[in-house]
Amino acid sequence: MPIATQLPDAEMLCVALAEVMRPHVDPATTALVGIHTGGVWVAARLQAALGLKIPSGSINVSFYRDDYSQRGLHANAQISQIPFDVEGAHIVIVDDVLYTGRTIRAAMNELFDYGRPAKIDLAVLTDRGGRELPIAPSFCPHSLSLPAAQMLALEQTDDGRLSFRLIEK
Amino acid sequence: MSAFGNQQNPQLNSHGELQHLLTIEGLPRDVLTRILDNAAPFSEVAEREVKKVPLLRGKSVFNLFFENSTRTRTTFEIAAKRLSADVINLNIGTSSANKGETLLDTADNLAAMQADMFVVRHAASGAPYLIAQHLAATRRDHIHVVNAGDGRHAHPTQGLLDMYTIRHYKTDFSQLTVAIVGDVLHSRVARSQIHALTTLGVPEVRVIAPKTLLPTGIERLGVRVFHDMREGLRGVDVVMMLRLQNERMQGALLPSTQEYFKSYGLTPEKLALAKPDAIVMHPGPMNRGVEIDSAVADGGQAVILPQVTFGIAVRMAVMAMLAGN
Repeated sequence: MPIATQLPDAEMLCVALAEVMRPHVDPATTALVGIHTGGVWVAARLQAALGLKIPSGSINVSFYRDDYSQRGLHANAQISQIPFDVEGAHIVIVDDVLYTGRTIRAAMNELFDYGRPAKIDLAVLTDRGGRELPIAPSFCPHSLSLPAAQMLALEQTDDGRLSFRLIEK
Repeated sequence: MSAFGNQQNPQLNSHGELQHLLTIEGLPRDVLTRILDNAAPFSEVAEREVKKVPLLRGKSVFNLFFENSTRTRTTFEIAAKRLSADVINLNIGTSSANKGETLLDTADNLAAMQADMFVVRHAASGAPYLIAQHLAATRRDHIHVVNAGDGRHAHPTQGLLDMYTIRHYKTDFSQLTVAIVGDVLHSRVARSQIHALTTLGVPEVRVIAPKTLLPTGIERLGVRVFHDMREGLRGVDVVMMLRLQNERMQGALLPSTQEYFKSYGLTPEKLALAKPDAIVMHPGPMNRGVEIDSAVADGGQAVILPQVTFGIAVRMAVMAMLAGN
C-alpha cells in the first residue's frame, strides 16, 4: 500500500526560494542559469521576484550527461543560451528538484566551457534526497524523502501555473 | 535472412533507433525530424569559448575517404572533434587500397584498432552498406557507419543539412515548392534531397535538367520534371543547384559548358522568376559561370555558406545519435 505523499505547492516554493536567496544576491551582478526545462520556469519566477538586472540564461545539459553511454541522445531541441559573460560572474544555477546531483555536475561542467565564473551557487525548489555526488544546494526552502521508484516532476499548466507531479517509474 | 538487427531497414536497430546512416531513402519522417531537432542545440556549441562538448570523449572516428573531398571530410572532422572524439583521417586513394587490400579487409584492420565509427566516402555505390553488413554479420554492432557519399547513390548528411537549411529559412515543409536544378543523373546529392523532401512532406519537388542529365524513371520518386529552366523556376520557394560533375561525364552528354550555362545556369534574370524571398542553395564546390552566375552565388538570396556551417551541427547530431545507440 503506497503512502500518499503530500506534494508541496510549487508556486509557494518559488516565493519562499526567492526570500531565502534575497539576502545573498546582488540584483546588479548576480545572474541566474536555469536547467531545462523545470529550472528555466523557476528561474523566470526568481528573476522577476528578485528584480535581477542581468538576463537569465538557460542550459540543456544533455551533451554533458554521464549516462550518455547507457541512454544515448534522445529528442532534445532546447538550446543552451548564456546571454552574459560567464568569466568572473556570480551565477546561481536553478533547478526544480535536486536528486542525485548528476545533473548539477553536468551543468557546472557546461558552464565552465563558457568561461570561469567567480562563484556558483545552487538554488532548487525542493531536495528529494538520494544524492550520489557530494553536491549540496545553497538555497532550498523544502525537502522530502522519496523512494527511488518515484520521480518528482515539475509541470506547467496552460495558464502558466507550476505544479509538482509524482511519477511512478 | 539478413544479418541486420532490423529486417525492414538495415540502418535501424531492433529498437527502431539509428544504428548506421547509409541513405535517407526509407527512413521514417520522425527519425529525420529528430536529427534536425537535435542539430539545433549543436549549432550553439560553435559560439562558445570552448567549442566542444564531451559526448564522444574516448571514441575513435575513422574518416575513410576512398574518393577526394575537402569540404565533407573537413566538416566531418570538425564535427567529430567538437564532440571530443579522436579523429583519424585516411585517404585510402593513396594507401593500402592501391596495394590491393579489399574494402572489408581495410574495415577489419581498423576495427582491430578499436574503431567506434567509420565515415565512408567511396566511388562505388553501396560501399558503406557493404561495410555495415559485414559488421552486422560479424556481430560488431558497437561500430557505426556513416555514408559520406557513395557513387551516384546517396549522400545522406548533405541531404539532411539541406533540410536543416530549408527549415531554418522557411520553417514549414508542407507549404513549399522546391526545385532541384542540374546534373541529377550523376548526383547522389539530388537523390538524398529528393528522398528527404518527400519524406518531410514537401508537396511539390521539381527537377530541372536536360534529358541527358536525368536518370530514366526519375518521376517515380515523386518529382515533377522540367526541361525548361524558366518554366520550372516559376513560383518556387527554394532553388537547389547541383554541381555539373565534369569528372563523371562520359560521352557527349552536353554540347559545351557555355551552352549549359545559357540553358541551365542560374542567373539573376532566371532567379527573378522564383518567389521574391526564394533561397538559393548549392552543395559545393561551385562551378561559377557553369551552373551558377557569380551575381547569384554572392547575392542576397544565396544561403550557400550557411549550408556549410549548418553541416557541422547536423553531422554532430548524426554522430552523437549513432554513438549513443
